[in-house]
Amino acid sequence: MLKINNLHARVEDKEILKGINLTVNAGEVHAIMGPNGSGKSTLASVIAGKEEFEVTKGEVFLEGENLEDTAPEDRAHKGVFLSFQYPVEIPGVSVTNFMKTAINESRKAKGLEDMPAKDMLKLIREKSELLEIDRKFLSRSLNEGFSGGEKKRNEIFQMAMLEPKLAILDETDSGLDIDALRIVANGVNKLKSKDNAVIVITHYQRLLEYIVPDYVHVLHNGKIVKSGDKDLALELEEKGYDWLKQEAAV
Amino acid sequence: MAYTEEELKKELETKEYEYGFYTDIESDTFPNGLNEEIVIAISKKKEEPEWMTLWRLESFKIWKEMVEPEWANVRYEKPDFQAISYYSAPNKKPKYNSLDEVDPELLDTFKKLGISLDEQKKLAGVAVDIVMDSVSVATTFKKTLAEKGIIFCSISEAIKEHPELVKKYIGTVVPQKDNFYAALNSAVFSDGSFCYIPKGVKCPMELSTYFRINQAGTGQFERTLVIADEGSYVSYLEGCTAPSRDENQLHAAVVELIALDDAEIKYSTVQNWFPGNKEGKGGVYNFVTKRGLCEKNAKISWTQVETGSAVTWKYPSCILKGDNSIGEFYSIAVTNNYQQADTGTKMIHLGKNTRSTIISKGISAGKSQNSYRGLVQVNSRAENARNFSQCDSLLMGNECGAHTFPYIEAKNKSAQIEHEATTSKIGEDQIFYCNQRGIDTEKAIALIVNGFSKEVLNKLPMEFAVEAQKLLEISLEGSVG
Repeated sequence: MLKINNLHARVEDKEILKGINLTVNAGEVHAIMGPNGSGKSTLASVIAGKEEFEVTKGEVFLEGENLEDTAPEDRAHKGVFLSFQYPVEIPGVSVTNFMKTAINESRKAKGLEDMPAKDMLKLIREKSELLEIDRKFLSRSLNEGFSGGEKKRNEIFQMAMLEPKLAILDETDSGLDIDALRIVANGVNKLKSKDNAVIVITHYQRLLEYIVPDYVHVLHNGKIVKSGDKDLALELEEKGYDWLKQEAAV
Repeated sequence: MAYTEEELKKELETKEYEYGFYTDIESDTFPNGLNEEIVIAISKKKEEPEWMTLWRLESFKIWKEMVEPEWANVRYEKPDFQAISYYSAPNKKPKYNSLDEVDPELLDTFKKLGISLDEQKKLAGVAVDIVMDSVSVATTFKKTLAEKGIIFCSISEAIKEHPELVKKYIGTVVPQKDNFYAALNSAVFSDGSFCYIPKGVKCPMELSTYFRINQAGTGQFERTLVIADEGSYVSYLEGCTAPSRDENQLHAAVVELIALDDAEIKYSTVQNWFPGNKEGKGGVYNFVTKRGLCEKNAKISWTQVETGSAVTWKYPSCILKGDNSIGEFYSIAVTNNYQQADTGTKMIHLGKNTRSTIISKGISAGKSQNSYRGLVQVNSRAENARNFSQCDSLLMGNECGAHTFPYIEAKNKSAQIEHEATTSKIGEDQIFYCNQRGIDTEKAIALIVNGFSKEVLNKLPMEFAVEAQKLLEISLEGSVG
C-alpha cells in the first residue's frame, strides 16, 4: 500500500525528516509515536503532499506509484486521507456541502458523474449514525465554533464518507474525552478492512487500547529509531521516550 | 408564482415572432463635448416634452457649477467631459457575423456562466436568428404586466406616455444638485427603465431589464425610476452576469426608488462591467447614485453583487422617512487585479421605529483596493431607530487592500446602533485542507468565497443567485496560486 524510502524533507532551511523508511501493507494498522518535534506531523503532511515541505531525498510510493509529482488533491483522489490535528474552519460552508463537493470532485477525477442527491443523503445518514453525529451538526459551518472533540469526530466522519485506502490520523485523540475517544475509535475500527490501511499518530498509548496496531514505530529527530508490535507502545507508556533517545544517540 | 426566464422562453418558443414591432434606428452619434445645445439636442432627439428639456437644462446649469468629488478611496485619471460624445443612438447592426469572430476569452466566460448559444450571440453583438429576438418574449411579458396595471417601459417612453408620473417623482429622491455625477446624469441621461406598480398590486414576476424592449444601447448615463404605490410589491433585477464589454469608459447612472405607504421594493443588481485587463488598462468607471425613499411601513432592500468595473463608486441608500419603515443593504463587492471599489450605503432614519440592516462583504484579490463606506444617520425625531451593520472583508494574497469607513451620526438617544466588522484572509491551511479532501485550489477558493458571501447570495432571487455564484468564481479565477 504505502512504501517510504529514505525520505528526507525540510521546511525552509530546517531539515525535519532525515531518512524515513516505512512499509505499510493493506489490512495493517501502524502507530507512529514519538516526542514533540520528532517529525510525526511533518511525515503526515509530506505523505499528503503539503507544498510547504520540500522533499530533498527519497520517495513515497502509493500502491507502487511514486507520488513525487502528485498534487495533494490527486493524492486524495488516489485514496490518501489525513485526519488533521488542527482542522481549519471554513465559515459559511456546511459540513454537508463540503463533503458533497469533496466526494463529487473525487468522482469527477475518476470520470464519474456527481453522486445522486438521494445516494448522498443515504451515505450521510449511514456514516453520521456510525459516528453518533447529530444531523443538525451537519448543517453547521465546517469546524466553526466546534469543540475540540467535535472537530475530531468530524474528521473521522469525513474519513468514513470518503472511504480512503490509506488513512493517517494525526493526533486524533488529542482533545477527546473518553466517550468521544471510544466513538471515534469504534468508527475507525468499523471502517478498517483487509483492503485499506491506517497510520495512527499519537503521543499516548490510550488511543491504541481502542485501535490496536499491528506495528508501532518510534520517531525521533526525523528518523524511525525503533519498531515493534503493540507491546512497544506499552513500554513507552511506562518508560517514556528518554531511554530511546539515549539509545539513538549511541 | 415567480416566472423565470427559462419558463418564459419555453412558453414562447411555440409562439410566432411578431414582426414589425421594432423600429430600426440608424446609428448616429453626436460630436464630442457638452454644452446647452447638446443638452437641447439630446432632448429633441428623444422627442421629449418641453418640461423635460427645461429640467435637463437646469441640471446642466447646476452641474457646470460643481466640481468632481475626490473623497472616495479611489485613484483614477479624471475623465475629460468635453471629450465624450453624449448621444449615441442604439446601433442595430451586428458587430460580427458569427461567433467565430468574437474574442475567444469572452466566449469562454459565457460558456462557464452557462449562457445559451443564442444568448451568447446577442451579448457579444453577433447577428441573432430572428426567432430568438427577445422582442416577442418582451411583448408577452408586457401583456401579463399590463393586465395588473403595471407599467414597465423605458424611461424615454414613460416621459412621453406617463408624463404625470415621471414629472411628479423624477429628482425627488436624487435631486439634480445631489452630486456631480447625478447632476450630469440629469442633464444628459440617455435612457433607462421606468416602473410603476399600482396600489395593492403584487408584481407577479421578477422584473428584469433583460425583457425590456429596446434595451440595447441604454448608454452610459442610465436613469431608472421605480415607483411602488401604496401596499404594492415589486422585485426588480438589474444588470447581467454576462461580461459587458463597453466602449464607454464613464458610466454615471441614477436610480430612484419610491416606496409609498406599506409598499416594498426589492432591488437586486449584478454588475459585471469590463474591469480592465490584468495590467489595469482600460475598464469602466462606474459612478452611480442609487437611493430609495420609504414612506410609512414601507421597505426597500438593495442587494448587489459587484464584480466588474475598474473604478466603482456606489452607495445604494435608503431614506427612512415614514414611521416603521425598513431599509436593507446586502452587498458583495469583488475586486481583483487593479480594480478599485468604494461602495456602501447610507441609511437615513427620519421616522419613528425605523430599522435598517447593512451586510457588506468585500473580497479583494490581486492588487485591488476594496472600501466599504457607510453612513447611519439617526435624526432627532427618529424615536427608537435601530441599525445593525456587519462589514466583513476577505483578502486573497498580500498585495490587495480592504478598508472600512463607517460613519455614525445619532441625534436621538433612543437609537440603537450596532456595528460589527471582521477581516480575514484565505489561508494556505484552508486551501490545503480542501486539497487534502480532493478539492483543487480553484474550487477551494470558490467554496470559501461562496461560504463567505452566503448571507448576501441568499438574498438574491434563486436563478440570479446561482448565476452570481458562478460569476464570483470566475471573477476570482487565478487570483491565488
